[in-house]
Amino acid sequence: MDKRPDKKEKEMNPDKITMICRCEDITLEEIKELIQEGYTTAEEIKRISRCGMGPCQGRTCRELLLGEIAKALGEKVGKVASTKYRPPTKPIRLGGAVKGDVNDLE
Amino acid sequence: MPSRVPGGLPKNADAVIIGGGVIGTSIAYHLAKKDFGRIILLEKSYLASGSTGRCGAGVRQQWGTKLNCLLAIDSIKAFQRMDEELDYKRGIEFKQGGYLLLAYTQREMDQFIENVRLQKELGVPVSFLTPSEAKQIVPILNTDEMYCATFCPTDGHANPFYVTDAYAAAGERLGVEIHTFTKACEILTESEKVKGVKTNRGTVFTDVVINAAGPYSAVVSKMVDLDIPFYPERHQALVTEAVEPVLGPMVMSFSRRFYCQQTPHGSFIMGMGDPKEKPGFCISSTWQFLIETAEAVTKALPPVGELSVVRQWAGSYDMTPDAHPILGSTPCEGFYLACGFSGHGFMLAPVTGKLISEIICDEELSIDIHGLDLGRFERGELVIEPSVV
Ligand SMILES: Cc1cc2nc3c(=O)[nH]c(=O)nc-3n(C[C@H](O)[C@H](O)[C@H](O)COP(=O)(O)OP(=O)(O)OC[C@H]3O[C@@H](n4cnc5c(N)ncnc54)[C@H](O)[C@@H]3O)c2cc1C
Repeated sequence: MDKRPDKKEKEMNPDKITMICRCEDITLEEIKELIQEGYTTAEEIKRISRCGMGPCQGRTCRELLLGEIAKALGEKVGKVASTKYRPPTKPIRLGGAVKGDVNDLE
Repeated sequence: MPSRVPGGLPKNADAVIIGGGVIGTSIAYHLAKKDFGRIILLEKSYLASGSTGRCGAGVRQQWGTKLNCLLAIDSIKAFQRMDEELDYKRGIEFKQGGYLLLAYTQREMDQFIENVRLQKELGVPVSFLTPSEAKQIVPILNTDEMYCATFCPTDGHANPFYVTDAYAAAGERLGVEIHTFTKACEILTESEKVKGVKTNRGTVFTDVVINAAGPYSAVVSKMVDLDIPFYPERHQALVTEAVEPVLGPMVMSFSRRFYCQQTPHGSFIMGMGDPKEKPGFCISSTWQFLIETAEAVTKALPPVGELSVVRQWAGSYDMTPDAHPILGSTPCEGFYLACGFSGHGFMLAPVTGKLISEIICDEELSIDIHGLDLGRFERGELVIEPSVV
């Protein structure tokens, strides 16, 4: 199957965007807007924007997102609840989980 | 769905809804539309944090009982016009790619023949297909061992976070007050009448309480000393990386217990029932689920095996003995039930909101659901649904 040719195209001014979530193309501006709208937990922002739902599992953006929420709420980052860590730690091929699947030595 | 924790709870309300999933928010919106007065919704965490945010979000009319068909037909119509009705700018991502149901045994095929007859009678545009006809609709389908299939093109799925968000926001515009991170701890009663709800953030007095607590419905019912035949049961799901669109319909098998769909975002969401699962609140993920699902789904849809699994999670099905919801009043005056959706509460949310608001306002019901009351279990009048995963 072909990989997604290009993710949803957004109108972006390249001089003004700061990418927070590279897997799902979520920008700092979008995160700030959501916080402004009142979504102030990481779990909600993840679900509404898909920030952190891509193949890297939020490895880069989770901390950035928590930092932005903390800033907006005037809290310490450590006080902001993180999103839940979910398996698998790294993406694995679905077919690779099937018993008797060939390995690449054969 | 802003994390609504502004001022304190009011002292009095006309109705308190317990549960901020798709059911609770739909009820809140529909009650507000009827000008019911001051409506408070309590959610112990954030909105859609329960089963709703964990579900497959499929919407189908291909059911085995007349009641489930009628409820689903009505809900599909509501999903079709939801963006407009609720004025939801993001869009609820309703995709009508159909449901393709696969039969792998003679018994299953006989059941499908009966189901299709019933569904057609009720106006569902369903067709009965040979395996090769099914392959025309889903070219990546492996038809080995398949007996037949049924297909309804107007079935589909929507985004559960957005649907909940849309109902919550539309409800709030009509005056509904949503209190997240507010847990109902106790229900106050006086001679079997509801008087109020005690929460971790104060008490609100009211004559009407609606139990839309999803997997916690039995716990909430116990607050008025009511035992309901309900139990939560873990169901797991997983999602793959996103690829270009290759799968139109939701593909599902009851005997092999799996379902698999491609979302508008491009990722594949799939899940599987486990007959060995015991009732309980546990919702952790297991590696056994990953293996079993990989085996079942890659057998039916081999190319999906190439995709990477990005995330696994679990949630609770809200089970009743006959796989139909429990809707309506109870022996405790003012205490209403909207629970027990048995793994298909997402798709029934629009019609449930409408019907519960009609019941509470003592109006004529737009669909006769008297058979779905709590009393049916005592009367022994169960309405068994044969077609569930
Ligand atoms: C893996 C999986 C796949 C599914 N697939 C589908 C599908 O394809 N199609 C479909 O239609 N359905 C599906 N379902 C079923 C569907 O998710 C549920 O039937 C539906 O979401 C029920 O909605 P609800 O609002 O009643 O429950 P929930 O979304 O669980 O909402 C109940 C809310 O009440 C809150 N609450 C509980 N106790 C209290 C309290 N004391 N005080 C305050 N708040 C409280 C909880 O925090 C929760 O947010 C699936 C479920 C799972 C787990």
